[in-house]
Amino acid sequence: MNFLQQIRADFPILGRKVEGRPLVYFDNAATSQRPACVLDLQQKLCKEHNANIHRAVHTLSYEATDYYEAGRRTAQRFINAESSDEIVLTGGATMSINLVAECMARGGFIGSGDGILLSEAEHHSNIVPWQMACQRTGAHLEVVPVRAGGSDANDGGVDMEAYRAALRRGVKMVAVTHVSNILGAVNPVKEMVAEAHALGIPVLIDGAQGIVHRKVDVQSLDCDFYAFSGHKIYAPTGIGVLYGKREWLEKLPPFMGGGDMVATVSFEKTEYADIPLKFEAGTANFVAAACLAPALEYAAKIASSPDAAEHEKKQIEAMKQTLASIDGLWVAAADAEDRIPLWSFTIDGVHPLDAAMLIDKMGVALRSGHMCAEPIVRRIGGGSMLRASLMPYNTLEEIEVFGKALERTVKLLRR
Amino acid sequence: MKSIEDIQKEIVEEFAVYDEWLDKYEYLIDLGREMPLIDEADKTDANLIEGCQSRVWLSCSQDADGRLRFKADSDAIITKGIISLLIRVFDGQTPQDILAADLHFIDAIGLRENLSPTRAGGLAAMIKRIRDIAQKYGEG
Repeated sequence: MNFLQQIRADFPILGRKVEGRPLVYFDNAATSQRPACVLDLQQKLCKEHNANIHRAVHTLSYEATDYYEAGRRTAQRFINAESSDEIVLTGGATMSINLVAECMARGGFIGSGDGILLSEAEHHSNIVPWQMACQRTGAHLEVVPVRAGGSDANDGGVDMEAYRAALRRGVKMVAVTHVSNILGAVNPVKEMVAEAHALGIPVLIDGAQGIVHRKVDVQSLDCDFYAFSGHKIYAPTGIGVLYGKREWLEKLPPFMGGGDMVATVSFEKTEYADIPLKFEAGTANFVAAACLAPALEYAAKIASSPDAAEHEKKQIEAMKQTLASIDGLWVAAADAEDRIPLWSFTIDGVHPLDAAMLIDKMGVALRSGHMCAEPIVRRIGGGSMLRASLMPYNTLEEIEVFGKALERTVKLLRR
Repeated sequence: MKSIEDIQKEIVEEFAVYDEWLDKYEYLIDLGREMPLIDEADKTDANLIEGCQSRVWLSCSQDADGRLRFKADSDAIITKGIISLLIRVFDGQTPQDILAADLHFIDAIGLRENLSPTRAGGLAAMIKRIRDIAQKYGEG
């Protein structure tokens, strides 16, 4: 078996059919599929090791805790964090970002009149928590444009001149995406962090898409926070990671109150637990957290294969040609120099909802709508776009099927 | 005036000839194209039903006999096709009949998925709006 056949054999769901045709799953940026090693562990944990973690002294609880902490340590290694204390396990990237925004506001690190810098192409998860922090504190958003749509360049990058100008205006926090879920262009986050740090401004990176397709080393990146979800990178839903530098996690107040986040509790005074447990109130999704271990090991294994990089190049080239072959199709950030295998596009005379519904009947799963990034999709896509997003397990043959199905879809809708 | 039940039966029979999803959707697209347009003046915010992915406008008036007259539109053509079926079922009916109706044809013709929240085409919201309007006129 070659590289691709081997990978595909690991994903039971890729064998299923939709409308009598082999499934072509191109909505990976929303949720990726899970390999057998993750599915097996999920089931094994429920069958053999189900207990509450960090609490009891019985065997099952010890075992469950070990699995949970193994998930945390794998996440630490995967992003090369200095210590597993810097890995907070959350419900997903959304919760990770909410945690930072809420605790920064509550801890007084963002206050009245302060600016919070975001890019224009952020997901709602990296907009709304900051808006809520602004409402709480009287801070405001400073939104930096990206180069996409309009008559300007269409490479999808954050406008670095505008970024620098906003930094100089004196923002208190930068929260930007590593890779926009609409544009697919990889932002120069290392450079962005360095420039913000030069002015003493902390940086959070939304890595929901970036972590899936690019090697992330938080020490080299030097970001203060990096947030991502498990379900986009082979793990189950309901688990996310927040990397935070030790100094930040130590000085931020807790996010939620409850069990597991405390050292001692009395009605007069509660001592909080040390990091990271300070941020992990309540019973965790221990099964999903534990599954980060096989999921991220799987991702690391694929990423270390030279075949994977080669395959991604081929996917990108094939998609580029396929999309170019459709008359009236416009691709956001088409000229991105560094992109992940993700494309959002519009087609003249075709409503994205119609197209997504029809192409689903041909076995192809695409995403349509504003894809939780309404501001950018409104500006460049009229409020609704189509998106195809691939993982390493997607084949060139699937791209061909997608191309033919899209052509047929357009023909039907333009009749 | 045919009853809501009779019209639903008619639609189910019409769709029975289509074995293939493609034919069904082509028919819906045709229906969407043929549907009389709503007056631009009626595309108001009050008449707008915002789905997650497509927009639907629905206007309603009551004629001298107390029957409700609906007009609708959408920016997505398949949504519009399904809307035209809903309009065919409900247009010209009394508020009481609309409220009492058991809407089963969508299931029967295999378009159930279009009502699920993930489809986000605004159809479930449109049906709710029709019932709300009927309720309002029924009380008035």
